[in-house]
Amino acid sequence: MEAERTAQIRFTLNGEEVDVFFAPYKTLLEVLREDLGHTGTKHGCELGECGACAVLLDGKPVLSCLVLALECSGREVLTVEGLSADGRLHPLQDAFADLGAAQCGYCTPGILVTAKALLDANPHPTRDQIREALSGNLCRCTGYLQIFEAVEAAMIKIAEKKTEA
Amino acid sequence: MMRLPLFEFRAPQTVLEAVRILDGEGPKAMPLAGGTDLLPNMKRRQQVPKALMSLNHIPELHQKTLSDSGSRLGACLTLSEIAADAGFRNGMTALAQAASFVATPQIRNMATLGGNLCLDTRCNYYDQNYEWRKAIGFCLKKDGDTCWVAPSSSKCMAVSSTDTAPALMALGARVRLVSRLGEREVPLTELYQNDGIHYIKRRPNELLTEVLLDSLRGWKSAYWKLRRRGSFDFPVLSVAAAAKLSGTGVVEAARIVVGSVACLPLVAREASELLVGRPLNQGTIAEAAALAARIAKPLDNTDFDMTWRKRVTAEFVTYALRELRGEDMRGERLLLTRHSSSL
Repeated sequence: MEAERTAQIRFTLNGEEVDVFFAPYKTLLEVLREDLGHTGTKHGCELGECGACAVLLDGKPVLSCLVLALECSGREVLTVEGLSADGRLHPLQDAFADLGAAQCGYCTPGILVTAKALLDANPHPTRDQIREALSGNLCRCTGYLQIFEAVEAAMIKIAEKKTEA
Repeated sequence: MMRLPLFEFRAPQTVLEAVRILDGEGPKAMPLAGGTDLLPNMKRRQQVPKALMSLNHIPELHQKTLSDSGSRLGACLTLSEIAADAGFRNGMTALAQAASFVATPQIRNMATLGGNLCLDTRCNYYDQNYEWRKAIGFCLKKDGDTCWVAPSSSKCMAVSSTDTAPALMALGARVRLVSRLGEREVPLTELYQNDGIHYIKRRPNELLTEVLLDSLRGWKSAYWKLRRRGSFDFPVLSVAAAAKLSGTGVVEAARIVVGSVACLPLVAREASELLVGRPLNQGTIAEAAALAARIAKPLDNTDFDMTWRKRVTAEFVTYALRELRGEDMRGERLLLTRHSSSL
């Protein structure tokens, strides 16, 4: 059902203002992947039961499979593509790679942005707070331990950078 | 891949504009708040509204007033906002706990209080994709004529799965329903009915705009939820309890509500009345728990074994009442949530 691209919105995607035309029934996930070519955000269960499609909407983790693109006009969306800056990976991305926190990698984009929102709001979360923040992201490979360890490693790196600065 | 069906999109800026749209469109239009219940249902073609009316552009639905003399909560407050706000403690702890146990952190950032109160009832034979439902000839709740849980039943048995309704019922909440012709306040205990299809008495032309609470000074409350995982899952049994205790620990007033075991949350009247005039000691709690468990008649249409869900009801009432009398229940909580909750 490739309906006409009759809807249009302007919003901020990873810091850049974009205009997009799309079929009005589409979710934010579908518009990101199909109309904007941003395939970093993954298409999982489509029903809010896995967390693979998580993005930050105005700084808060939400499931892009359950957000109408029509509702995103004027808002700020951050996807995994927007995590790196000045050609350098985000400390979370470095830590995930170094510590084996991504295996098949399908859940990783959703977990990275969710963890970024946690560290933005709470720079020194406890293990329990990390567990709770990531309790909406399923991972069938790692058993989660490496993910929690990587978030903690990134937390330390970010804190060190702040002290240096 | 499951796409949303086509729909017309409306985005009113005021409640007045919204109720005019509902009046004009009739039942074919549905209000859209967080979308975490309605959009999956639309993808599975369980609900196929002709028009979606977004409530996200109506500022007054996002307001809240918390005070000692009573509170008003806008229907579009998100569950995260409620769980995170320290104003929802003491008397309102049950509501904060219920909100914090819904689904996942991402969903709580989207899902709203009004949406959770209006949550569609759930059933293993209904919450499936279109092809699955078609393969069994559909069911009574949507497109079919047989209730697969109780084939001789002429009534749909889908289960009330809202977390916040039992909590708010225990707190004596009312809701405001606004239509083009006027508005009414309905006690939450009278909003629902025992029918999985017509589970809510909100008329299609009415908008649930806010939740109203009287003063909860002197009250304590707690919410306990059974689900398989510490996250994601809807409740398959829930207990909300609220009590007003005297200085000497005697119960002056109490309400116990059992959720997720029928088409509506059930007020455990006998158990609540039994508590009044007594201290919350072990004997009283055991008697009340046994009475409250009697009203739970779960059917085989959710996760877990129905006889076990029935059996643990008394234990969940016990947990809730022990928490009200000030016992440290963190160990039991941890078994259910798998992470220590600030609540």
